[in-house]
Amino acid sequence: MTQRMLDFEASARAALADASLQRALAGLPGGLVAERAAAKARLPEFEALRDAARDIRDHTLRNLDLYLKAFERRAAASGSRVHFASTAAEARDAILAICRAANATLIAKGKSMVSEEIGLNSHLEAAGAEVVETDLGEYLVQLRGERPSHIIAPAIHIDQAQAAADFRRRHTHLAQDRRLEEAPDLVAEARAILREKFLAADVGITGVNFLIAETGAAVIVTNEGNGDLVALLPKVHIVVASIEKVVPTLEDAATLIRLLARSGTGQDMTAYTTFLAGPKRDGDPDGPEACHVVIVDNGRAALLGSEFREVLRCIRCGACMNHCPVYNAVGGHAYNSVYAGPIGAVLTPALIGLGEARDLPNASSFCGRCEEVCPVKIPLPKLMRSWREVDFARREAPLAARAALEAWAFCAKRPRLYHLATRLAVLALKMAARGRGAFGSFPLARGWTRHRDFPAPQGRTFHELWAKTKRGASA
Amino acid sequence: MSRDRVLATIRASLGCSEPEDEERVAAVERRLAAPLRHLIPACASRPHSERVGQFTRSLREQSAAVIEAAAPGRIPEAIARYLGEAGLPLRLKLGADPFLAALPWQETPALERLQGPAGPGDAVALSSAGAGVAETGTLVLLSGRDNPTSLAFLPETHIIAVAEAAIVGALEDAFDLVRARLGRGAMPRSLNLVSGPSRTGDIGGRIVLGAHGPRRLAVIVYKTDEGAVGAP
Repeated sequence: MTQRMLDFEASARAALADASLQRALAGLPGGLVAERAAAKARLPEFEALRDAARDIRDHTLRNLDLYLKAFERRAAASGSRVHFASTAAEARDAILAICRAANATLIAKGKSMVSEEIGLNSHLEAAGAEVVETDLGEYLVQLRGERPSHIIAPAIHIDQAQAAADFRRRHTHLAQDRRLEEAPDLVAEARAILREKFLAADVGITGVNFLIAETGAAVIVTNEGNGDLVALLPKVHIVVASIEKVVPTLEDAATLIRLLARSGTGQDMTAYTTFLAGPKRDGDPDGPEACHVVIVDNGRAALLGSEFREVLRCIRCGACMNHCPVYNAVGGHAYNSVYAGPIGAVLTPALIGLGEARDLPNASSFCGRCEEVCPVKIPLPKLMRSWREVDFARREAPLAARAALEAWAFCAKRPRLYHLATRLAVLALKMAARGRGAFGSFPLARGWTRHRDFPAPQGRTFHELWAKTKRGASA
Repeated sequence: MSRDRVLATIRASLGCSEPEDEERVAAVERRLAAPLRHLIPACASRPHSERVGQFTRSLREQSAAVIEAAAPGRIPEAIARYLGEAGLPLRLKLGADPFLAALPWQETPALERLQGPAGPGDAVALSSAGAGVAETGTLVLLSGRDNPTSLAFLPETHIIAVAEAAIVGALEDAFDLVRARLGRGAMPRSLNLVSGPSRTGDIGGRIVLGAHGPRRLAVIVYKTDEGAVGAP
């Protein structure tokens, strides 16, 4: 049995007991759920657009090699250098080599989940560069030495008072008694500090929302405009993209853009959506002198041939996290993984191996809301179930869980035995309840009964009631 | 080589045949050559007469100021009035855009103009948009020799002029305008879709304007004698 590295149970328990985390999670992500619902209500075609978006992603994935080659051709024609990396290590080395060639000492970064995935910052820092995250949430998380806890709201676990304390602790060159009472005070301070970094940075690194095969452009979607400054001001701009970011044409991007912000923040469109094609051209008054696009596989190409290929449709809107009761209760860090929530529960085992991430596909009540809100209709519960099946088949799950499942399966495959067992259990529970309607506490389920009563069966099993009431219709 | 390894793994996963399936290649080339329009929502295909109101309403909802100008010649005075009322410096940074250069700036002598990309000291910038998108209240900026991208991101106040006639319904219509201007498959170095001032919700979930880009976005919608793009 493989040693389990990511102990979700332990970190979830800690998260539930963390008062400041619970305070931060109380307003959000629930607020984003309401915003999405309002945005969807304003767009009657929303559901039909989800079908179109799913089809676009599936078509692209079926022809991924061809669209990547088309992107590469056109990006090169507009002056970008395209690099491929099959592993995280290759991607880190390719990016470090570009930074070294540019003699970079200060690197400004825009938001990029794949750069988290490949451990880029620590690699560049180990080589002596200063790396500054510029998305405000990412900057906060970097100040605290944490990782983002949400795809689009990286600092969703931090409340305003904590952020103010972090600023006082880390911005030691500023007066300790300065005013940091309101959110705008903090934003103004971060703006001033990061503005200096944008202007001084030697290299800018951003992630990307889409790569467009038709035009060779990289699309960056932000509200802050930080990605634009990172892509514009330093001499060298590096785009890091995972292989599945490519889409065929501007029209395909338009449909996905229509769903992206609405699903994530409930905006019809974010403040900035930018299509970048290569370095500064002849006569251009601004723009980087060199552009690189680093396309990272890191296990995705192999995933394309598996039952998990649908996870590669993801456009990273974060809606599945916002709507997940588990994510809402414990936040993103409890997942101990770059990608949290339902998408993380499916993607993480593929990226780091099921042995280490076994808990994550189990961290779900299978309520199905993630699939209902996914703009590209990824069947997340089905994929989590598939991981559970793989895990069970490998016989690596803990012995007690396996034994319980095997005992249940043994009964479930023998209807008479199953009916007898449930009838006996129901009778025993009825007697144990002694006429009361519910149990205040219940052996082996104290965690459950601490917050609510366990209803006592009234003498008949579900199957008996079902048969008696003619397939469940009320008698 | 990493490139060949990545592409070979993808092909193996997809079960691609060797030699290449010519029909598969042709289908992809067809899609790239003749992009497929997907469902366009009704809100993105209203008649031009309704589009202007939809465009300005969306922008105002996104915290942008919208100013209407009866003719291009009225743009300088509209800018001077907006900056005066907001208590902002009467100094503009702008590119060499011939349309902006030809405006009657002599009528607003107090309004100082500096040409070039924006630097850290510039407080107000002016750009000219290639199109507006009614669907989402979005301005389409095309970078180039005369249109520095930095104008849209460094100053605290960004003013964008857009012709009423250039307000299209859907994002796809704006892409068609870019293609008509530059040729199929060609892009400006930077195509910027701007739908409001810079904002963040990263501090305790509260929306604050002016995260890194402009705190204020003012859009001047001006009338021209030309007919509307794609007007029915």
